[in-house]
Amino acid sequence: MRTSRLAFLAAVALVAACTREEPAQPDAAAMAFEKQLQTQLITAQPGDVITIPAGVHPISRGLSLNVSGVTIRGEGMDKSILSFAGQLQGAEGLLVNASDFTIEDLAIEDTPGDGLKVNEGRNIIIRRVRTEWTNGPDENNGAYGIYPVQGENVLVEECVAIAASDAGIYVGQSRNVVVRNNRAERNVAGIEIENTFYADVYGNVTNENTGGILVFNMPDLPQPGHSTRVYQNTVVGNNTDNFGAEGTPVASVPAGSGIVINSNDKVEIFDNEVRDNDTANIIISSYYATGWEGMRDMGEEYDPYPETIYIYGNRMSGGGSSPDGLDLKALKVAMFGLNGALPDVLWDGYFNADKVDADGNLLPDYAICVDNGEAEVLNADLPNGSSDIVVGAAQHNCGHEKLAPVALEAPLG
Amino acid sequence: MRGLASIIVLAVLLGSCGQATRPVTVHAADSPPALLSDWGIVFANGRTFALNEGVTPYDLNTPLFTDYALKLRTVWMPPGASAAYTTDGALDFPVGTIISKTFHYEKSADPEDGSLLAVRADRESALNVDGVLDLDEVALVETRLLVRYDDGWRALPYVWNAAQTDATLEIAGDYRQVSLVDGTEVQNIVYVVPDMNQCSGCHVTDHTAKQLQPIGPKAWQLNREYSWWGNDASQLENWSTRGLLHGFDGDAPAGVRWSAPGDATLAQRARAYLDANCAHCHNPSGAADTSALHLNIDAPLGRLYGVCKPPVAVGRGSGDRPFDIFPGRPEESIMVFRMQHTDPAIAMPELGRSAVHAEGVRLVSDWISTLNGDC
Repeated sequence: MRTSRLAFLAAVALVAACTREEPAQPDAAAMAFEKQLQTQLITAQPGDVITIPAGVHPISRGLSLNVSGVTIRGEGMDKSILSFAGQLQGAEGLLVNASDFTIEDLAIEDTPGDGLKVNEGRNIIIRRVRTEWTNGPDENNGAYGIYPVQGENVLVEECVAIAASDAGIYVGQSRNVVVRNNRAERNVAGIEIENTFYADVYGNVTNENTGGILVFNMPDLPQPGHSTRVYQNTVVGNNTDNFGAEGTPVASVPAGSGIVINSNDKVEIFDNEVRDNDTANIIISSYYATGWEGMRDMGEEYDPYPETIYIYGNRMSGGGSSPDGLDLKALKVAMFGLNGALPDVLWDGYFNADKVDADGNLLPDYAICVDNGEAEVLNADLPNGSSDIVVGAAQHNCGHEKLAPVALEAPLG
Repeated sequence: MRGLASIIVLAVLLGSCGQATRPVTVHAADSPPALLSDWGIVFANGRTFALNEGVTPYDLNTPLFTDYALKLRTVWMPPGASAAYTTDGALDFPVGTIISKTFHYEKSADPEDGSLLAVRADRESALNVDGVLDLDEVALVETRLLVRYDDGWRALPYVWNAAQTDATLEIAGDYRQVSLVDGTEVQNIVYVVPDMNQCSGCHVTDHTAKQLQPIGPKAWQLNREYSWWGNDASQLENWSTRGLLHGFDGDAPAGVRWSAPGDATLAQRARAYLDANCAHCHNPSGAADTSALHLNIDAPLGRLYGVCKPPVAVGRGSGDRPFDIFPGRPEESIMVFRMQHTDPAIAMPELGRSAVHAEGVRLVSDWISTLNGDC
C-alpha cells in the first residue's frame, strides 16, 4: 500500500510538473495587508473610516463591504493603489452592497472583472478614484471601471477611468445621479448612463474612447430610464478601435462616436465641446439599429425609440471624416466624397409610428430637436433600407422644455 | 524508528482527546468562539470526524457545486424545538438552530508534505457505518456554520487545522492548494474558503432585504431518502417522525436529483441544477437582478430565463456569444461559456468555482441541445 501510493505520487508529481501553473504567491506582508483590510471591511461599523496607506497593495481575492455608513479613503489616486493583477477569485475588485458609502483618493488597478461595483445603495460618493488597466486597451481587460448599479443619490466626481473593455464609468438602473469632472479615456465607452432616471453628466473629459458618452436604455431590466443632461463636457477624438467582447451592448458602438443616445428618452445635450470623432460627433439610435440580436419577445413595456431629444449650443467640429463600418464608409463616400465628412449628428431614422402627426413626423413632444448653429442631421432611414436618406437641420428645427438640474439629496446635495 | 515514534504520539493523542464530549452551545451572536469545537456540533481527533448527539446529518437532491468538494450537512435544533414545514424557500427553522456544512475531499494519496491530493469525483458525502468520517480516507478543509438568532442568521467559516483536530474561525477566509486527481490526470486548483461577506454573496437571496437565509434545506431538496436513517422513507418523513419538523402532511414537492436520469426529465434535472447553483443570486430580488436573468426553479422558461436573451453587463463573459440560452445551440449559449471557464471575469457561479464542473456543463449543454426554436 505504502509503496503503491508512493509510486502513484511520483507519477502524479511528474504529471503535475508538466501541467501545474503555480499562481503567483504574493509576499507575506502583502498577504497580511490584504487579510487585515478584508477583516476591517467585514467587521466595519457605521461611521468607520478605513484608510488605505500609500503604496501598491497586491490583492488576491475580491474585497467586499456589506455595512452601510462606511468611508474608504486613500492618500491619493496615484499613491494608494490596490492592484488586482494576481486576483484569483471575485468578479469585482471591490464589491459594495451598502448605503451611505464614500470611497475616495485611491486607485483600483488591473482587476480581471469589474473594478468597483456598488450594488443597490443610497447616498453613494465615489470621488477621486482611479480605475485602470495598466496595459492599455485590451479585450481581456475587465468590463467596468466604476460601476454603481441600482443606486439612488449617486455622485461620481473627479475620478479617472482608463482602458475598461466595456465602460470606464457606468451608472446603471439608478436614480438621481451626478457624474462630474471625471476623466475617462481609452475605454470602449468613456461614460455610460443606462436605464437611469435623472442624471447630470457635466464637466467631464472623455477622449480617445471608442465612444465618449453613452446614454442607453436596454430591454428586460427592472426600470427603463429617462431625463439625462449631458453638458459642458469635452468629447474629443473617440476613435479607439472597439475592443469590447461581441455580444455586449457596447460592442455595437462604432469607433469614432462622440455622444451616443440609444433608445433613451428626454436627453438634453448642450454646451459640450465635441470634435474629431470620426464616425459622428453625436449619434441617435434605436435598439433596432444596434445589430443586437434577440429582439423577439422583447417585452411590450420596452420602448426602443429615442424620444424627446434636445441638442443645442454645442461646439462641434471635425467629426464624421472616417466612419467605422463598411456601410457608413460607403455612405460617406457616396454622399460627401472621399474627402468629405458625415454631418455632426447621425440618426438611424427609427421612430414610433404610433406617435406621429398627419404628415408622418414625430409629434412635437417626442421630436428629435437639433438647434445647434450649422450642425446638420443625417437621417439614415434604416427602417426603409436607407432608401430616403435626408441631410439637413430643417426637419429637426424645434425645442423642448429644458430639464431641471438633478438635485442630490442630503447629505450629498 | 520514526514510525514507532509516531505511533507513540498517536497513542498519547488518543488517550487525551476522546470524541464528542462537549454539549452543543449556541454562543452569543457578537462573540463567536475561535474554535469550531466550542459549538459542540462536530468533532475530529485526527482519526475520525464525528457528530455530537442530537446533531442530524442530511443531504440534498441537487447541491451547489464547490470545486468537487464533498459536503457533510447537519442540523441541530434546541431540544423540543422543530422546523416549520413550508415550500416557500427553506424550511422555517427555530431560533437557536445551527446548520453546519463540512467541506472535505476523499484522499487520493497522503503525501508527507501535507499537500492535498484529492479524488476528483462527483459524489455525495457519506458517513460510514460507525456514523463517522474516517480521516484516513478524507481530508477536512472547512466547516461553515449558519446560526439562527432572534434577528436572523449569521454565517461563520471555520478552517480545519493540519492535524485535523479542530477548525479555526477565519472571517477573512483562506486558501488551500488542492490537486484534483482523476486517473492519471491531475488538476491543481486554489480552493478558496469564502470570507464572511462572501457567505452573504450567496445566502442573502433577497438583495434588498439583505438578510441571510439557508439555501439548501428546502422541501424539494430534502425530499429524498438518506441512508443514515436506515430506512427508505424520505428525510422529511424521518424528521417529522422524530419531532424535528412540524406542519408536514406527507405531501412534498417532488425531489429532483440533478445526477439521476431515472428520477426526472432532462429539463427537470437541468432546471434543478440551475436553481441550486445560480438562483441564490439570479432571482427577481437577488443580487443579480441587475442582469434580469432569473433562474429560480419556478421561473417561466422564457426570455428572462435566458432564452434568446442578450446580455446586459456581462463584459467579456459573453464569450462573443449572442444569448444566455440559444435553443439547440449550447456552443453559442453564454450560460455554457461561463460555466466552462474559471477566469474570475467569466466564471459563473462567481464563488467556489476554481474548477469547472464538467458534469454540470454536460447536463446544461444536453438540455439546451433539446430546446427548439430560433432567436
